[in-house]
Amino acid sequence: MDSVSDLKSKEIKRATLNELVEYVSTNRGVIVESAYSDIVKMISANIFRTLPPSDNPDFDPEEDEPTLEASWPHIQLVYEFFLRFLESPDFQPSIAKRYIDQKFVQQLLELFDSEDPRERDFLKTVLHRIYGKFLGLRAFIRKQINNIFLRFIYETEHFNGVAELLEILGSIINGFALPLKAEHKQFLMKVLIPMHTAKGLALFHAQLAYCVVQFLEKDTTLTEPVIRGLLKFWPKTCSQKEVMFLGEIEEILDVIEPTQFKKIEEPLFKQISKCVSSSHFQVAERALYFWNNEYILSLIEENIDKILPIMFASLYKISKEHWNPTIVTLVYNVLKTLMEMNGKLFEDLTSSYKAERQREKKKELEREELWKKLEELKLKKALENQNSAFNMHSILSNTSAE
Amino acid sequence: MAGAAAPGTGLGAAGGDGDDSLYPIAVLIDELRNEDVQLRLNSIKKLSTIALALGVERTRTELLPFLTDTIYDEDEVLLALAEQLGNFTGLVGGPDFAHCLLPPLESLATVEETVVRDRAVESLRQISQEHTPVALEVHFVPLVKRLASGDWFTSRTSACGLFSVCYPRASNAVKEEIRQHFRSLCSDDTPMVRRAAASKLGEFAKVLELDSVKSEIVPLFTNLASDEQDSVRLLAVEACVSIAQLLSQDDLEALVMPTLRQAAEDKSWRVRYMVADKFSELQKAVGPKITLNDLIPAFQNLLKDCEAEVRAAAAHKVKELCENLPIEGRETIIMNQILPYIKELVSDMNQHVKSALASVIMGLSTILGKENTIEHLLPLFLAQLKDECPEVRLNIISNLDCVNEVIGIRQLSQSLLPAIVELAKDAKWRVRLAIIEYMPLLAGQLGVEFFDEKLNSLCMAWLVDHVYAIREAATNNLMKLVQKFGTEWAQNTIVPKVLVMADDPNYLHRMTTLFCINALSEACGQEITTKQMLPIVLKMAGDQVANVRFNVAKSLQKIGPILDTNALQGEVRPVLQKLGQDEDMDVKYFAQEAISVMAQRLRKLDLPVKDSEELSAPRADKNHFLSPTVPGDNTRKGPAYQLHVNTRDKLAQLELAERVHFPQSRD
Repeated sequence: MDSVSDLKSKEIKRATLNELVEYVSTNRGVIVESAYSDIVKMISANIFRTLPPSDNPDFDPEEDEPTLEASWPHIQLVYEFFLRFLESPDFQPSIAKRYIDQKFVQQLLELFDSEDPRERDFLKTVLHRIYGKFLGLRAFIRKQINNIFLRFIYETEHFNGVAELLEILGSIINGFALPLKAEHKQFLMKVLIPMHTAKGLALFHAQLAYCVVQFLEKDTTLTEPVIRGLLKFWPKTCSQKEVMFLGEIEEILDVIEPTQFKKIEEPLFKQISKCVSSSHFQVAERALYFWNNEYILSLIEENIDKILPIMFASLYKISKEHWNPTIVTLVYNVLKTLMEMNGKLFEDLTSSYKAERQREKKKELEREELWKKLEELKLKKALENQNSAFNMHSILSNTSAE
Repeated sequence: MAGAAAPGTGLGAAGGDGDDSLYPIAVLIDELRNEDVQLRLNSIKKLSTIALALGVERTRTELLPFLTDTIYDEDEVLLALAEQLGNFTGLVGGPDFAHCLLPPLESLATVEETVVRDRAVESLRQISQEHTPVALEVHFVPLVKRLASGDWFTSRTSACGLFSVCYPRASNAVKEEIRQHFRSLCSDDTPMVRRAAASKLGEFAKVLELDSVKSEIVPLFTNLASDEQDSVRLLAVEACVSIAQLLSQDDLEALVMPTLRQAAEDKSWRVRYMVADKFSELQKAVGPKITLNDLIPAFQNLLKDCEAEVRAAAAHKVKELCENLPIEGRETIIMNQILPYIKELVSDMNQHVKSALASVIMGLSTILGKENTIEHLLPLFLAQLKDECPEVRLNIISNLDCVNEVIGIRQLSQSLLPAIVELAKDAKWRVRLAIIEYMPLLAGQLGVEFFDEKLNSLCMAWLVDHVYAIREAATNNLMKLVQKFGTEWAQNTIVPKVLVMADDPNYLHRMTTLFCINALSEACGQEITTKQMLPIVLKMAGDQVANVRFNVAKSLQKIGPILDTNALQGEVRPVLQKLGQDEDMDVKYFAQEAISVMAQRLRKLDLPVKDSEELSAPRADKNHFLSPTVPGDNTRKGPAYQLHVNTRDKLAQLELAERVHFPQSRD
């Protein structure tokens, strides 16, 4: 808080820390067993603190400049030292684990909420090293990250270090052994997928999508639930997020197996068909770019009988109606490609297009009719009830007699 | 596509066999499977209609199982379902069958989305009350236990909210089990569950026997209050309020106070903030003795906390704290133990802290009395009136009434004036707006002379502010001033200045004249309105800007009720008729609206309107008049059509001259 008082003492502290950093990185055999306890104590005393309230209560990580940590000049050196300590060839996890324990890691994880990106960057490397060197802490670390994410998704919607934690997870997932444990699958479905609903998705979407794709590369049978999950949380009003979702879907399609593709093609292309006809041209454009992807194109061609009927109506309609000329051009190209894949089906669909629209309208009318009838029925029942209220007494006494 | 056949068969069943009761479920199933979320949502929202149509028996045997099986949908649909089921008891056959609603709600209480889960818990709480004691033990309590021992944290979180509703009516053996479950959730592995348990701890304590509170709740409270996560610890502070209310002073001292003291000095500012924020409740809960011994020192620390958030929260509570002190000795305590800290806060470096203090500090004057206020508080008020932050000054000015009662506002007026003048010119329009809103209050306290001399010119200057919201507020302000100072004052000081603006080259200012007249006419009364305002309004009907002209029409409609009938008939009507033929569509519209409103009024007064015989005829049969002029009825869309019918509808009640003229000009 107070960065101007005790300047002289602060300078001494900085100098000493610098000396320590220098010492552990240039000398061998200096990390002796008796030093571990004091080292960890020194690190804890300096970096573990309750993060202060944000200066800006409506802090928007996408818009606002972060508040930088006032004590960075010396905290940085402590982190620096910590890292050198962990990375030193003399470092022995078997001794360190007495001091770097669950409580320590718990406090370390809480610091990821720091608004200062420099601190989060150090934390990321530190945690990565700890995860690598302390096998006994791995499950605990994963579980705590799990809790942080759940709290972020369902309670506070605020945590500054989501991207950094996801980045670490990306490499953790990469190292998962096969077959995947139930715990890991649950993490994917109950944490990573719901995470797509977060307001600030843009801040960590790249890392999140990377994690998801990592999972699918490990175990292709997860493709269907993942895509269904994404479809469930598909953004309704936020076009920026919709573009991100489409990007992620393309990344998934890049690695999808044809058999898995068949399982989700119908719901997936229903969504894509909605996207191509979005009046937001970036959404429509992003979806139409799928047709520039060779692999996706080959999947579509293999399944053209299923996909063309789903896509046709939207494409046909926007080719005539979309306000944006670029989109119209793109749609023409896509229609042309699809026509070349199956000309016969394309012709059939073109000729039945009008009849189809009329059938839809008729269905709409039928629905209204149904609800109207139901409403009447309700009134009728209500009336009957009123009439039978007279008999209520006898019914009640009958039932109670039984 | 899957459900496409269903409505057909549904209809067939309904039409063909005449079995009406068959198809509601078909409709629902079809609609619930629709691809369009909105349609699924609609059908869920009409669930009660469906249930009513089905009858109680089939609702129980068909609808509810179906709903329970199909709970995999968008959260929005689930939310609607959770909400509906809370009010479903009547539709399944009354309290005896309330337990039928538990299975679907149980599933809903385990979903991930917090909003859905909370709503399901809310509905379960509602329904629990409708269970008989037996049904409660047979159906409801087992559900709570299942939730409490669920695998995934969501069901355990939901369980936390259900203990307190079933505990009071359960038998002793079951009570023991319920307490056991609650205990284990308080030490759950997942912080989410511990938070849920901590937030329900107070509620649960209230329904427990006193012995159990002491032997079980207090240890749980102590544990939660020293949880490793500050988000759990701070919830324990809230529970502290409820628990403290249940215990005797001695028990409080021994069982709760050590924890509370520790919370007030917690290393996390969030926990200290919570203590500050709940301070008044805590103070009431622990009683005067502990307040003096423990809470006041804690409060002093919070007032000089190192985090501004905590100081601001504590500053907000200063007045309430002082008010709630026992009257005997109150003055001394405030003077010696609170005021020194307040003095520090007046020059705090954080503006939120200062502004929080400014919003309550004036309230101390009534507590401390005249002499103390003049000697000790006044210098603080004056300092805050000069604060660099406008919000601080505003907060002081907005609470002037408290001081006025004690020492009279004159003491302050010398410092007040520069503060007001500066706020009145602040670059932020919201600040200007806020000070305008206090003007009537200030005027009342400062008196008419002071006002005329110092503040009147400010009020007039706001009328030509470049922000509309300020001009609008300034007009309302004038009206309130007139209500305070009377019509004579208005006539001499306000009205002439307002009317001069009618000739301003800026049309926005000319419109302000009209808005002022709208606001002032009622307060000024008939004479001033007719003699001074009306001529100006009528003159402005010839303005070259259409916006001014249609506002003339609106103004005439507005001030119509204040004018006498001669003025209406003789002066207003011709002008409106002329505007009714204006080349601008909007002017025409508002003029015609004004004409019809005026005509209605004249009729209500039962005044002889000329051509009265012809009037009654079309009124009795206005459709006859309308039908020939709406050929084909194919123009039924857009506002133009509505305008058409509206006015014509009303015109049917008007005079022949207008009636004949209008359709020609429109069509």
